[in-house]
Amino acid sequence: MSTVSPNSETILEVKNLVKHFPITKGFIVQRQVGAVKAVDDVSFNILRGETLGLVGESGCGKTTTGRVILRLMEPTSGAASFEGKNIFKLNKEELRRLRRDMQIIFQDPYSSLNPRMTVGDIIGEPLEIHNLARGKEKLRRVQELLEVVGLSPYHTNRYPHEFSGGQRQRIGIARALAVNPKLIICDEPVSALDVSIQAQVLNLLEELQKEFGLTYLFIAHDLSVVKHISDRIAVMYLGRIVEVATAEQLFENPQHPYTEALLSAVPIPDPGMRRERIILPGDVPSPVNPPKGCRFHTRCLYAQESCRTNDPALTDYWGNGHEVACPILPFKHQRSKAAVLKQPAS
Amino acid sequence: MAEETLLSVQNLKTYFYTDEGVVRAVDGLTYELHEGETLGIVGESGCGKSVHALSVMRLIPTPPGKVVEGEILFSGTNLLKLPEEEMRKIRGNRIAMIFQEPMTSLNPVLTIGEQIAEAVMLHQGLAKKEAYDRAVEMLEKVKIPLARERVRDYPHQFSGGMRQRVMIAMALSCNPSILMADEPTTALDVTIQAQILDLMRDLQQEFHMAIILITHNLGVVAEMADNVVVMYAGRPVEHASVHDTFRDPRHPYTWGLLHSIPKLYERKERLIPIEGQPPSLIDLPPGCTFAPRCPFAMEICVKADPPEYPIASDHYARCYLHSEHATDEERKAAVAAGLAASTLGRRV
Repeated sequence: MSTVSPNSETILEVKNLVKHFPITKGFIVQRQVGAVKAVDDVSFNILRGETLGLVGESGCGKTTTGRVILRLMEPTSGAASFEGKNIFKLNKEELRRLRRDMQIIFQDPYSSLNPRMTVGDIIGEPLEIHNLARGKEKLRRVQELLEVVGLSPYHTNRYPHEFSGGQRQRIGIARALAVNPKLIICDEPVSALDVSIQAQVLNLLEELQKEFGLTYLFIAHDLSVVKHISDRIAVMYLGRIVEVATAEQLFENPQHPYTEALLSAVPIPDPGMRRERIILPGDVPSPVNPPKGCRFHTRCLYAQESCRTNDPALTDYWGNGHEVACPILPFKHQRSKAAVLKQPAS
Repeated sequence: MAEETLLSVQNLKTYFYTDEGVVRAVDGLTYELHEGETLGIVGESGCGKSVHALSVMRLIPTPPGKVVEGEILFSGTNLLKLPEEEMRKIRGNRIAMIFQEPMTSLNPVLTIGEQIAEAVMLHQGLAKKEAYDRAVEMLEKVKIPLARERVRDYPHQFSGGMRQRVMIAMALSCNPSILMADEPTTALDVTIQAQILDLMRDLQQEFHMAIILITHNLGVVAEMADNVVVMYAGRPVEHASVHDTFRDPRHPYTWGLLHSIPKLYERKERLIPIEGQPPSLIDLPPGCTFAPRCPFAMEICVKADPPEYPIASDHYARCYLHSEHATDEERKAAVAAGLAASTLGRRV
């Protein structure tokens, strides 16, 4: 876990981010008949040096959020600013400069490296694009980066197929590090790896964070991995963030019914530990037509009549930075736990 | 164990003959499965856990694959010696299998009702109408809402979790004595995984079947299994009750696995990974396959493959640390390391 000083400044701020993918009909003349609401009004911020975990199940919009922030996709609406600059207003030249500060590590180490390029070319390419190094200097830097991620300088002339999954992921990390970024979006960086290799890569990411003062947006579906690496965690459900808290707050005292169910569903590798398991009924509804009111009310165990119509906003009820988009559960918990209560937002 | 032995796998070896060389996918697997038991087979990709399942089902593509040695005794009959016709009566009927990918293991152009009915008509000789009713009944058992209508739907009209339910319905439709489940929840989200595991537990009670659960997820094994076989590079390295596997593990690879996973209810600054990488199955190291990555490796480990050493009744580890090759001190250090890796030692 990284050490974030309490007065750390915000490095990335995302406000009311929306990304809808149009659904079209017709062969020659295409009409829009609907939209997949992949990301629907998402706001959060990340402090310098922090790791923010973004968790959720498939289709909740976590990957889309990451890609829109990097402008690998254009947003439908909303704003995102990196060190005060609005990412969505940048022109081509400014965007290229921004990409030196913001990099990404992809999930699949098999498809994210060009099989026809040598490792040296893969890691060296960003150096050339951003005019950072050429020729001998570039080679020296590539070899240095390979060592930083735990590979050897003599790997420079090899091709991706000569490496295992874990080693390829290290190459992807070296490529991201090449331009000395400040923020790295890690999109499921260890999901494709076996557990013993996963631990190696997680340790590497943590070491690099300390060494280079990196900030991570860590997108993953595996809650134990996210808990391990994150300072704060945002939980997404159907295109929305439903809860944001520090890792400890979230795991010790989940306030949203979805988070509660999600945590209880994770199988614990300890046969002596038996927990109350909350099994959610049914499947996640379609993001084309998300439920009205609270998006989770169709599967929620605490749902009340008002949940069908009221769409709750993220609210910090206790004034401790633990935000939750549910007006019911926090107050159910509150009865059993003595906590200072603010008035719930109506 | 008091329960009767249902399936006994003895020294199973399945090799694949490729242009690059012989891939020793399963290299000496032995276990017994008892009635009503859930046996977990854990290991990382390429450890041979799925190939073992295909060997038991006699679904290994030959060539290039071949079961070169061993016995698979199912209720006393050696499945490896059965003519294909006889095997067909067992496969899908007495021993059923569900796969990891619920998306690709259903036929997209047949309704799910037709697919379930096909199995019942073939194995149980039911008429079409009765088979269809049986399909509806099975879909109700796996808790698919509106089963009577949904039986006419095609696989693409179901979500991932629902498709896995259909697969389970199909597997159980002939009332098998063994369900072979190969990573049944790996492709599913955790909340859906919880639903499916819950369902499997309920149905196991109802149908009195034994389950062989193949998975890489230690959490799933801890929650579901009675006994566990840990595999590494084609060989079983530890065989114990689920309690001993997690509370008193004795093989360095099992320790490594337990150390590698981040835990939900535990604070930890750094994970302890297993250094290095699994060996190539074509070019296995001499001696213990785990020795090159093992922090406890001794001289003997790189020379000869360790046999199974008994730790307790029904607990075996293939590791020289538990033999006369290790000094008392080495053994003591090893037991301490095992305790540190176990869930007992980790939850302070």
